[in-house]
Amino acid sequence: MSGSSVSNNIRKLRFHHNEMTQKDLADKVGVTRQTIVAIEKGKYSPSLELAFRIAHTFDKPLEEVFSYQPQNNGK
Amino acid sequence: MSIQEKRPIVSIISSLLIFGIYYAIAFNIYQERVSTIAEELEFWGAIVLILVPVLMVSKIVLYVLFSIFNTIITGEKEENFLKDEFGRLIESKATKNAYCVFMIGFLLSMGSLVMGMSPLVMFSIIMLSLMVSGMVQDFSEFYYLRKGV
Repeated sequence: MSGSSVSNNIRKLRFHHNEMTQKDLADKVGVTRQTIVAIEKGKYSPSLELAFRIAHTFDKPLEEVFSYQPQNNGK
Repeated sequence: MSIQEKRPIVSIISSLLIFGIYYAIAFNIYQERVSTIAEELEFWGAIVLILVPVLMVSKIVLYVLFSIFNTIITGEKEENFLKDEFGRLIESKATKNAYCVFMIGFLLSMGSLVMGMSPLVMFSIIMLSLMVSGMVQDFSEFYYLRKGV
């Protein structure tokens, strides 16, 4: 949900790749624009395969596109 | 608001309209023609069976009309959203919610029989739970699209 511990740099990476649009990225990785919007806003954590496809599109390793921040649950 | 968010809203409104009109027609016929308990069971059985194709056809027609009008007005072309992984996850969660609601309605309808209520009450509860579960599915899709999964 909205408190996802997976964050990403997709927006920034799109900007640095000739201002690639969400639609262009969606077409390249084989999903809809709505899904890219949800991932960028942190509303959806993509599957490992989709995450790799996105990273591959930007020619970056996965950890440069996505990062994981463990949430402190008080344990 | 994207077309994917508009679609569940259109679906909720069309469900209300279709069920409302269909139930009103069915109830009128029921009051005019049905007198015995055997006739009542036969009548409501037929009403529920006919409802399924009526609902499917009318939803398809309304949805096609909505897509055409939306494309004309906004110029936005609809993507096949529910086919990708995010859409499928939303669809499966929404279906699960709808299934739970329908099961509650079904159990309530059986409860009404146990409490000695008439088949009219039982079938009305079943039809109501069909309608509400469909609306819960649409609302869930809208909610998960907005809030994420």
